[in-house]
Amino acid sequence: MLSDSDLAAIWLTLRLATTVTLLLMVLGTPLAYWLARTRSWWKGPVSALVTLPLVLPPTVLGFYLLVFMGPQGPLGKLTESLGLGTLPFTFPGLVIASLLYSLPFVVQPIQNAIEAQGQRPAEVAATLRAGPWDSFWHVTLPLAKPGLITAAVLGFAHTVGEFGVILMIGGNIPGVTKVVSIQIYDHVEALEYSQAHWLSAAMLIFSFSVLLALYVLQRRKTAGGWRYGP
Amino acid sequence: MAPSPVNRTATTESIDGRFYLPFSRGQQKADFVLDVDFSVPGSGVTGIFGPSGSGKTTLLRCIAGLQACAQSNLRVNGETWQSAAPQAINLPVHRRPIGYVFQQPSLFPHLTAGGNLAFARKRSAQPVSTESYNEIVRLMGLENLLGARPESLSGGEKQRVSIARALLVKPRLLLMDEPLAALDLARKREILPYLEKLHQSLDIPVLYVSHSIEEIARLADHLLLMDSGKIQRAGPATELLSCTDFPVQLGDDLGVLLEAQVTARDSKWKLMRAQFAGGEFWLRDSGESAGEKIRIRVLARDVSLTRSEDQQSSILNRLPMRVQEITADTDPAMVLVQMAPRDAGLPPGDTRLNSTHIIARITRRSLHQLALEENSPVWAQIKSVAIVR
Repeated sequence: MLSDSDLAAIWLTLRLATTVTLLLMVLGTPLAYWLARTRSWWKGPVSALVTLPLVLPPTVLGFYLLVFMGPQGPLGKLTESLGLGTLPFTFPGLVIASLLYSLPFVVQPIQNAIEAQGQRPAEVAATLRAGPWDSFWHVTLPLAKPGLITAAVLGFAHTVGEFGVILMIGGNIPGVTKVVSIQIYDHVEALEYSQAHWLSAAMLIFSFSVLLALYVLQRRKTAGGWRYGP
Repeated sequence: MAPSPVNRTATTESIDGRFYLPFSRGQQKADFVLDVDFSVPGSGVTGIFGPSGSGKTTLLRCIAGLQACAQSNLRVNGETWQSAAPQAINLPVHRRPIGYVFQQPSLFPHLTAGGNLAFARKRSAQPVSTESYNEIVRLMGLENLLGARPESLSGGEKQRVSIARALLVKPRLLLMDEPLAALDLARKREILPYLEKLHQSLDIPVLYVSHSIEEIARLADHLLLMDSGKIQRAGPATELLSCTDFPVQLGDDLGVLLEAQVTARDSKWKLMRAQFAGGEFWLRDSGESAGEKIRIRVLARDVSLTRSEDQQSSILNRLPMRVQEITADTDPAMVLVQMAPRDAGLPPGDTRLNSTHIIARITRRSLHQLALEENSPVWAQIKSVAIVR
């Protein structure tokens, strides 16, 4: 069954994924809204940057983060001068890396949901005297609810499944940076196959259940989409 | 209602606007230019009529502020909503006291019908009393629909909710963009009476965009005719809808619009008599009581001409007229003959627009056979008269 170090890894993973999901929803929603509505020249470059973690090998992302956050990197110098030490091999370091790594999984569903609304709901809200902020909270966000749910679920699940980036910048410190995926790797390295089985099966069932719930939810949600005409 | 102290200079009851807005694809010269300058009465229904693509909706969006337009001026009943000089003013959409009904019924799908109404009521310029809320709900016939979700409503019901929602922000100007265009004929017939009631019971100026001459004839008091981004003509609806040189091609829909009053009802023959400025008509009794004002439309194709009164005719309405003007029709075989009532005593050469007249669409051959020319006396036989409201 699961050992104490397995449970510690699961607990750490859940803590990491929850923190990252909450932060991503707060940061990703305005970014997605901006990407959905802007006509700025910056839309292209920003979209490309946001999507980059989807195509980049996690080791590449991890390597640059390690350099960036290390003692010689700009962020590392900043954190050291603030007396915080450097971020690699710490929980906050994992959070920052995961934010970048899972960003596209949160931004894209929200952006799609807002784009699919078109301008009409916001225009209707404006003719009903709702200011931009009012309209964002009471029309745009409620209408984007399916997209917001998808974003949160994907962001969470993707962070849980992270491996390469964490290995690069977090290493393998039990209780601090050793998440489930790395724990499994360690078990396999140590030829503890039955331990690896337990954890892997748990991950598999977790991921499948999350996605299943998501698709069942989405099927029901499409019925409430914004539609025109009689 | 409390006028805002800023902006309000005069109490002139009119809506005056000027918009210049070029649309272009790429760097070439503009494909379409909205270039309008208008002044319409600040009360009643002003129809904005024109073919598709003439810029009607764009004009309405400019007035609402939904379409940005740099070169513009807009004053509504003495308040400046938009101006370039002397001082740049551009009220954002949510600060303009408007109600807007979109062509497609655009209810918020995450709210019920009642929730949509509450959304508007909560944001209204002035508090909406329960009585006034109930009145609007009753006016649009929504008593039993408030709990329904938009997807379960029919197109006509959705549009009624949209109209009620627009009214609940207590607008000082109601903008309607072809509110019936997305509906089938049965739904149109269902909504038109509500729009008429609206016209009668609420004292809000309405700008009503439509490409349907039927809706315009029924609802509009005043008319702006648009084509290719420009206003071709403006004036009272009865006047513009009764001219032979209507700038938008109407074909078989060309005719005259007359205001009349029911004077008597004949229960034996199920008919009623209506008096208009140039005579009287017998109409099928449609239940109006004596003294009621009606609006009737006589299409040019339903009017035939005889030199002497034909007593043996089945046609009930025969009016003694005098030819005022003969103009070419778009069809080369046809002409339009405009006539004034003979005993109206109009001096020859009277300006045709300020008098009541009837138009007949006849063949050139008949014109030749009857030897009609200006001032010829003639009998107009009117085959059918439609009560538009």
